[in-house]
Amino acid sequence: MKASLFITCLADLFYPQVGKSVVEVLEHYGVEVDFPMGQTCCGQPAYNSGYHEEAKKAAEQMIRVFEGSTYVVSPSGSCAAMFREIYPQLFREDEEWRERAEKLAQKTYEFSEFLVKVLGVKVEAAFPATATYHHSCHMNRFLGVKEEPITLLNQVEGLTLKDLPYSHDCCGFGGTFSVKMKEISTAMADTKLSHVEETDTEILIGSDLGCLMHLGGRLHRQGKEIKTMHVAEVLAKGLKK
Amino acid sequence: MTARRKEFHQRVEEAFANPQMRKSVPITQDNLRFGRIRAMEELKNGEAWREIASQIRNHTLDHLQEYVNELITNFEKNGGKAHFAKNGEEAVQTVLSIARKHQAKRVVKSKSMVTEEIHLNHALEEDGINVVETDLGEFIIQLAGETPSHILAPAIHKSRQEVAELFSKEAGRPLTDRTEDLTRYARERLRQEFLDADLGITGCNFAVAESGSIILISNEGNARMTSSLPKVHIVVMGMERVVPTWAELDVLVTMLTRNATGQKLSVYMTAISGPRRAGDLDGPEEVHLIILDNGRSDILESKYREVLKCIRCSACVNVCPVYREIGGHAYGGVYSGPIGAVLTPLLDGMEKNKELPFASSLCGACTEVCPVKIPLHHYLIEERKDLVEKGFLPKQERVTFQAFAFLTSHPLFYRSAVRGAGRLSPMFGRDGVLKKGPGMLAGWTDGRDLPLPAKESFHDWWRRQRGEKR
Repeated sequence: MKASLFITCLADLFYPQVGKSVVEVLEHYGVEVDFPMGQTCCGQPAYNSGYHEEAKKAAEQMIRVFEGSTYVVSPSGSCAAMFREIYPQLFREDEEWRERAEKLAQKTYEFSEFLVKVLGVKVEAAFPATATYHHSCHMNRFLGVKEEPITLLNQVEGLTLKDLPYSHDCCGFGGTFSVKMKEISTAMADTKLSHVEETDTEILIGSDLGCLMHLGGRLHRQGKEIKTMHVAEVLAKGLKK
Repeated sequence: MTARRKEFHQRVEEAFANPQMRKSVPITQDNLRFGRIRAMEELKNGEAWREIASQIRNHTLDHLQEYVNELITNFEKNGGKAHFAKNGEEAVQTVLSIARKHQAKRVVKSKSMVTEEIHLNHALEEDGINVVETDLGEFIIQLAGETPSHILAPAIHKSRQEVAELFSKEAGRPLTDRTEDLTRYARERLRQEFLDADLGITGCNFAVAESGSIILISNEGNARMTSSLPKVHIVVMGMERVVPTWAELDVLVTMLTRNATGQKLSVYMTAISGPRRAGDLDGPEEVHLIILDNGRSDILESKYREVLKCIRCSACVNVCPVYREIGGHAYGGVYSGPIGAVLTPLLDGMEKNKELPFASSLCGACTEVCPVKIPLHHYLIEERKDLVEKGFLPKQERVTFQAFAFLTSHPLFYRSAVRGAGRLSPMFGRDGVLKKGPGMLAGWTDGRDLPLPAKESFHDWWRRQRGEKR
């Protein structure tokens, strides 16, 4: 089976190790991974800020780049939702581009969703730690991917996954919201992190690097010990070879 | 209105400087939101109910003029008098002329966000009329000289102790902060107001077209007192409150109470079909219905029409993580939370309220709970788009996104930029993070550390490891 990695700009720029983990895990399960070099950013910052013409430029680039792919897999629920939910809407008045957008939408998956729904994997990993999981809003509500990451993490040997209180509440990242409304965004991070602390775990696991950068950045600023990790990193770190 | 004059960020600052509000709001918000989850689960097929409620509201909006006409005809057949008001000013003038005709000096009010929208109290007081809000929450904020901070719990931001202080001052004697003492005081105080009032003014949760009936839903019974004790009763309703028949009312009331407070039904549900008839023991001699447009026709014709489906349950407010942090006053309008962020710019002007559509992380919790399926967070994005197109946002921002569009559609430049950031980053940060960023980065680093761009981007790693395939 072949799949193309859609790295997302945040992972490309700040967290390349997450991309490497995705490749490692997918290849472990027999997927032939390719990486179209022309990919950039999905355009979400522009779209959510109201700059839809600018977002279309990014969208057209991404549609062109992934047109030859069988599957597109992304380590971000939010960016995958951009492909799946937003692109077809963005081009709703342009028949040609809308059709191309819909084709991309149909073959795009978030990482954990791809592992569970398409590959049906049985996790072969061990990672002794206590952790809790943060459900990112776009993945949870717009993609409808809720249980897949939990299903995977629950199969990891030695990993104790504790329930996060208020797990479906937003962490306060929200893309440009984090800068435009920095006071509110930071206050929301503190609310979320107070719940994380209640779980008394070492690691906060997530599926969206925006949320993890925001919460991790806040934890770091406060000198807290809790680490943040992407699901792919947990699976790759504990992979039994 | 004083709150409106301040900028959004200033109002947010004030909210953060109010520890009592920040403590009180989450507690009540939780009671309401978890109550809602329980109540909707009891319905079993909550999603089907949402779909039906949404369809009822869509159908009503599709035939709004017909149903409003039917309502007026039947309401007048019952002996009431209907008025139509194009805007707030017309509605206020209609109320004032009725008050003057009856030489009213004292007014009791209940259950009305829409009279807040048209600033009715202010106009009545200017005319020398004494106005008393009779919902407990409204009464509290009236004493405090504030505006509502929540659609159905207007005093959500106040503690019991604060209420005790306000009431003690009003009573001229110290009251304890025991709930029983406070409600007893309010009851005694308001009872006299009901008896003395010349005029009762209420809002309207729904109005049933087929019978010309006004429906008031409350937990305190004050709406009944307001609408039945004074000789004249005036109802002010937004024109979209109409419901075709009682069968549809059944669905909408079920959705309203369950989504608002987690109740199967509220304590009181009053249906008013007109003034007292010959032989009736009580009830007002005159009932007036003022149907308010105030920009609603324009919204109906616009791409935002579904916002008129709102039944004011406040489920969106109760799940909103932004509201949880900043409370209702920060929104600066009559309606707070996500519905307020969408509605206030539409009713009160986009440019004046241009921060509101951005006061959301777009988490979608509001859209997920809305019992009539208003696409709230999509509307927020749409309003942002309108603000961009109208040129109401800083020019610098447009330039930034134009640069973004160039980079994202030119992969070679994009890759160089990413690579450049990776190479330069060690010069700026320490400890793997940036603690004090320049320019726009400061918005991030004021509250959070920013990881430094990786020395080798994923793109470069892949090229080094696997070579360029495509």
